[in-house]
Amino acid sequence: MSALRTALGRVVALCGPHRVAVMIVFFVVFPWLMPYKALAINVLILGLFAVGFNIVFGYTGLLSFGHAAFFGLGAYGCGIAIARYGLPWPLALGAGVLLAGVGAVLIGGLSIRRRGIYFAMVTLALAQLVYYIFYQAEPITGGENGLRGVDVRTIALGPVALDFLAPTVKYYFVLVFVSLALWCLSRVLESPFGAVLEAIRENETRARACGFDVDGTKLAAFVLSGLFCGLAGGLKAMHLSIVPTEVLHYQTSGLVVIMALLGGMGTFFGPFVGAAVFLLIEDQVSLVTAQWQLVAGSLFMVFVLFFPNGIWGSLLQWVGRAP
Amino acid sequence: MTGITLDLLLLQVFTGLALGTIFVLLAVGLSLIFGLLTVVNFAHGAFFMVGAYMGVYLLGVTGSFWFSLVGVPLVVGVLGLVVERALIRPLYGRGLDYPLLLTFGLGYVLVDLIRIGFGIEGRTFSTPAALQGSVDIGVGHFPLYRLFVMAVTALLLLALWWLIEGTRYGLIIRAGARDPDIVRVLGVDVSRVWLLVFALGTALAGLAGILAAPMRGVYPEMGIPVLIEAFVVTVVGGMGSLRGAVVAGLLIGMVVSLTSLVAPPMANISMFVVMALVLLLRPSGLFGRAGLMG
Repeated sequence: MSALRTALGRVVALCGPHRVAVMIVFFVVFPWLMPYKALAINVLILGLFAVGFNIVFGYTGLLSFGHAAFFGLGAYGCGIAIARYGLPWPLALGAGVLLAGVGAVLIGGLSIRRRGIYFAMVTLALAQLVYYIFYQAEPITGGENGLRGVDVRTIALGPVALDFLAPTVKYYFVLVFVSLALWCLSRVLESPFGAVLEAIRENETRARACGFDVDGTKLAAFVLSGLFCGLAGGLKAMHLSIVPTEVLHYQTSGLVVIMALLGGMGTFFGPFVGAAVFLLIEDQVSLVTAQWQLVAGSLFMVFVLFFPNGIWGSLLQWVGRAP
Repeated sequence: MTGITLDLLLLQVFTGLALGTIFVLLAVGLSLIFGLLTVVNFAHGAFFMVGAYMGVYLLGVTGSFWFSLVGVPLVVGVLGLVVERALIRPLYGRGLDYPLLLTFGLGYVLVDLIRIGFGIEGRTFSTPAALQGSVDIGVGHFPLYRLFVMAVTALLLLALWWLIEGTRYGLIIRAGARDPDIVRVLGVDVSRVWLLVFALGTALAGLAGILAAPMRGVYPEMGIPVLIEAFVVTVVGGMGSLRGAVVAGLLIGMVVSLTSLVAPPMANISMFVVMALVLLLRPSGLFGRAGLMG
């Protein structure tokens, strides 16, 4: 056991400096490890959503319960641009990310005024406001039936038109964006800005006393997180070719909290582990019983009580590479 | 704005107060739990829902609304005792986020347990025979049941006020909210106080559930909008302030009710506008700095 532990520790240490490259290689073969391709696509998209959420929850120490707003704004922004205005997908995806960023500026600006424990409540309430607004604006958003007609059939790559409806093409298309996002995040986390984020998480008062603009940094992290989640939402809209209202729902905010904690908050790879485990539970348990939430909720409580570092975080701790 | 008379406006104010009393019951429980345990109870909406379902169950078994009204807070309170003792107590001292996350997970579990026990379809909960119909309150006819809910809440708040301000137990609760360490040093078993306060808060949520059942219907997901409404009220009133919970609850109830008269599509949104304004103008809430009993 201890030989395995040392060996794993060495592997992790070797991979550390090249984490983005290692993850990309892993994701290239990942679809063949899953029961079917659609599940692999969902792991990528929801994993990216959890990565974005992890910027505020894991790295900055802010527990937001309103991240459905940014995922949903990204999805609706991209979906409306395609379905209502007929924009080409690259512009539409950009519109989704931009809309999520604007939402994050507004929601972050209001909720960072309340420190600590209020943050979760205020973000939850403001996300619900976004949900009601999109729910009511039926002429644009399709109301409770969701937004239909987000049709992207082919992706033009120079002279070649790729068939977007083929699951394998779709998976690698999403992977390109996930890889870019992970590379950006890795650079941000290694920058001085990333160090300030972790300083705020560890001791906010001290970071403030050291002269860092704590509120400004928090807002910047929040907006960055919103952009990542918006990208995930935009990809989700293209993947589903509809935008269901559930993307903005409380359950979606909760889902990302569960995935981030199960995987390991504040770890680079953890959010994907959390997304994969959650989706596998949903997929496999719902074959047996409709009450898969009971299983997911109980597992979540077990992790809160006994493994707060999540699956990936606990593994890193075990091999002596604490997150 | 034609067709809106003063009488109609006043009637709508009363409707808002009735709506607000449910918010008050929920927010008082939430604030009590936060004020002493510093736990944001994300399962508060789920306890509300369990209260409504226990109401359905007890009404079915006993056939008496009055018995159910007494029985529900007891059952939900006992559930609260178990939850605090078994799940929340191990997390004290590990930061504010962990109890919050735990109660969030508990919410999922309770909703699915109710789905297993009672099915995924909603249930109807008819108004008890003695409280059906409406009475003339001077500005128009008002449903008797809503008046009853307002009266029950007012009585409960008086009793709670007496408990906290007038009894030795209340003295310990007030002191525990100020400084639990000193209270512990003085020989009080603080963890038992916390246990009972958590049970009291959840019992209030359960009571709100059965009281709201004839007005809002009973379904497994009914706790989710309620949880968000209770959070809005708590943020507006100031977390941990009981007076804030009462004032903000009634205020939000009236705002929602009056908006639904003037501009129905905005009714859902109005309470969040109030919250955003309070956050901009008075970030600690209306009664935020006054402490638990302020």
